[in-house]
Amino acid sequence: MNILVCVKHVPDTETAVKIGADGKSIQTQDVNFILNPYDEFALEEALKIKEAKGGEVTLITAGPEEAKKSLRTGLAMGADKAMHILCDESHDSLALAFCLAEGIKDESFDLILCGKQAMDEDNAQVPIMLADKLGLPNISAVIKLEIGDGTATAHREFEGGTEVVETSLPAVISAHKGLNEPRYASLKGIMMAKKKEIKDVSCTCAESGLEILDMAYPPSRAGGRIVGEGTDAVPELVKLLREEAKVI
Amino acid sequence: MSIPDLYNIESLFSEDELMVRDSVRLFVQDKILPKVKQWNREAVFPKQLIPEIADLGLLGAYLTGYGCPGISYNAYGFAMQELERGDSGFRSFVSVQNGLCMYPINAFGSDEQKEKWLPPMARGKKIGCFGLTEPDFGSDPSGMITTAKKQGSEYILNGTKMWITNGSIADIAIVFAKTDDGVNGFLVEKGTPGFTAPEIQGKLSLRVSVTSELLFDNCRISAENVLPGAKGLKAALMCLNQARFSIAWGVIGAALACFEEALEYAKTRIQFSKPIASFQLVQAKFAQMWTEIVKAQFLCYRLGQLMDQGKATPAAISMAKRNNVHMALNVARTCRDILGAAGIVDDYHVMRHMDNLESVYTYEGTHDIHTLILGQELTGIGAFG
Ligand SMILES: Cc1cc2nc3c(=O)[nH]c(=O)nc-3n(C[C@H](O)[C@H](O)[C@H](O)COP(=O)(O)OP(=O)(O)OC[C@H]3O[C@@H](n4cnc5c(N)ncnc54)[C@H](O)[C@@H]3O)c2cc1C
Repeated sequence: MNILVCVKHVPDTETAVKIGADGKSIQTQDVNFILNPYDEFALEEALKIKEAKGGEVTLITAGPEEAKKSLRTGLAMGADKAMHILCDESHDSLALAFCLAEGIKDESFDLILCGKQAMDEDNAQVPIMLADKLGLPNISAVIKLEIGDGTATAHREFEGGTEVVETSLPAVISAHKGLNEPRYASLKGIMMAKKKEIKDVSCTCAESGLEILDMAYPPSRAGGRIVGEGTDAVPELVKLLREEAKVI
Repeated sequence: MSIPDLYNIESLFSEDELMVRDSVRLFVQDKILPKVKQWNREAVFPKQLIPEIADLGLLGAYLTGYGCPGISYNAYGFAMQELERGDSGFRSFVSVQNGLCMYPINAFGSDEQKEKWLPPMARGKKIGCFGLTEPDFGSDPSGMITTAKKQGSEYILNGTKMWITNGSIADIAIVFAKTDDGVNGFLVEKGTPGFTAPEIQGKLSLRVSVTSELLFDNCRISAENVLPGAKGLKAALMCLNQARFSIAWGVIGAALACFEEALEYAKTRIQFSKPIASFQLVQAKFAQMWTEIVKAQFLCYRLGQLMDQGKATPAAISMAKRNNVHMALNVARTCRDILGAAGIVDDYHVMRHMDNLESVYTYEGTHDIHTLILGQELTGIGAFG
């Protein structure tokens, strides 16, 4: 099977992000960037399918030069080759999906895997838009995937149950946490990745239709409130948790 | 939380060396840190992690062939740093398997011995240990009393080795013994009659590591288990150089773990209505430790380059082992102090690292023995005996 895995180079989830001087972008210096964690689930699944059925795993990313670092990580985990659409400015989801579709227009894949969302912007839209642009079926946020003969069966979790969906292949499928446990890049994989190809793909990306106007930090947390003492306070607490905090 | 890279040290390393560091760091974060407190309390080395350590490629990391990845010495150093950020026990396990077992088999073994042992050792299917130290001969191994008497096509081993890392879990022991022709290295397989390896109990340091005695009582080994190239004590010292390199790098990880924990603590611990990090005495401790850590990193960086070029002398390796372990132990003690009473419980990592480093200060040549090695290098006069 020929599998494409779409990946994104995103700020490490451990970094405390700072807003840049322009007030509408994130300050990137001193921020550690990593392969988007959801994309690791997608890549792990691709590698497992390849190990079981043979074939090839190709990575693709659209992003700045530094995004090659994440491609190298993916190659070290075991992907066979990578494509890099160089684009510097940040795109909205639709422009990014078009860009990826454009980048692979001369290739053919049996399966396209993505992470369900990128941890930087959390829009969770690119896989769906990419599927639409390619005219392929899409299944989002899967936690289990079985590949049949030209078909795939995917499990999706929702509150209180699981949905089982079948699709013909090729399809665009996005990975959720729980799908698998991604492997670590092994020392051998890291050495082999040095020899693997990262192909620069030039394509004209669509203009972003969205513009970020402003970024602001969330308000700092206010102190707690004591609603009463002893068992008498329980009804009031439950009421507030339900109506004010909306957590139950 | 990471500390600023004042000297842009990262830029000295290649992309793959940094990737090795990052990959091992993730492994340690996910697999070691959540459980290390429990393992330390119970004094167990979690053998179940060996397959994963092998999958990462840490066993035989800098060898080529036999399924080994052949990474640079500095990439290996980074791997050791990250392992020891978890616990010195894991770094010890890997240092011994690599520098003291796979290295001598590769350097001194016959082709058959290499074929037999190196591939399964790289996969973690076979574990090794290295027996040089004896109860009565530690810093002065030349006095060893373990003997190997030749009898027909066999050797008969008698004697005791002491403080042997991995001893009780090892499938193969590399043992140095005196023959009629001087010291030689032997491969002794687990289960050979006359060979037992009881674990040493009651350690207050390196609890997440197996330390054992190796007992040889008329233990017969066939001539094909002689390591043909391991002649004289020099062969043993060549192994020690490999392991000492990994220690020089590894202890930086222990120091960083303590430093980062103490810095975080100092910023949030309020005394006299202020974070303790705002007191000059506390800042002075951090400034000093930080400087020492960065100096140790530079020693390692250069030493790794020399190792790759085959130009690292034993004295150069001694200098890095001596300096860096001393540095790490001081950092651990100072960080323990900064945490106050909290520093003595195992909810924090500092005291476990501090305790571990007491062993690291002693093994692979004590601090003072390395001082004497440097003294001899400089003056030409040995001051050992
Ligand atoms: C946890 C652990 C794991 C170990 N693993 C292994 C292993 O896998 N394989 C192995 O072979 N060994 C191993 N060792 C043994 C280690 O290498 C020895 O402990 C070390 O060489 C010191 O020997 P000793 O303990 O007998 O101390 P001694 O040699 O008795 O030294 C005691 C003190 O005397 C000092 N001293 C000794 N000679 C001199 C001198 N000439 N001048 C000044 N001071 C001197 C020393 O510096 C030290 O302070 C391990 C030790 C530990 C603690």
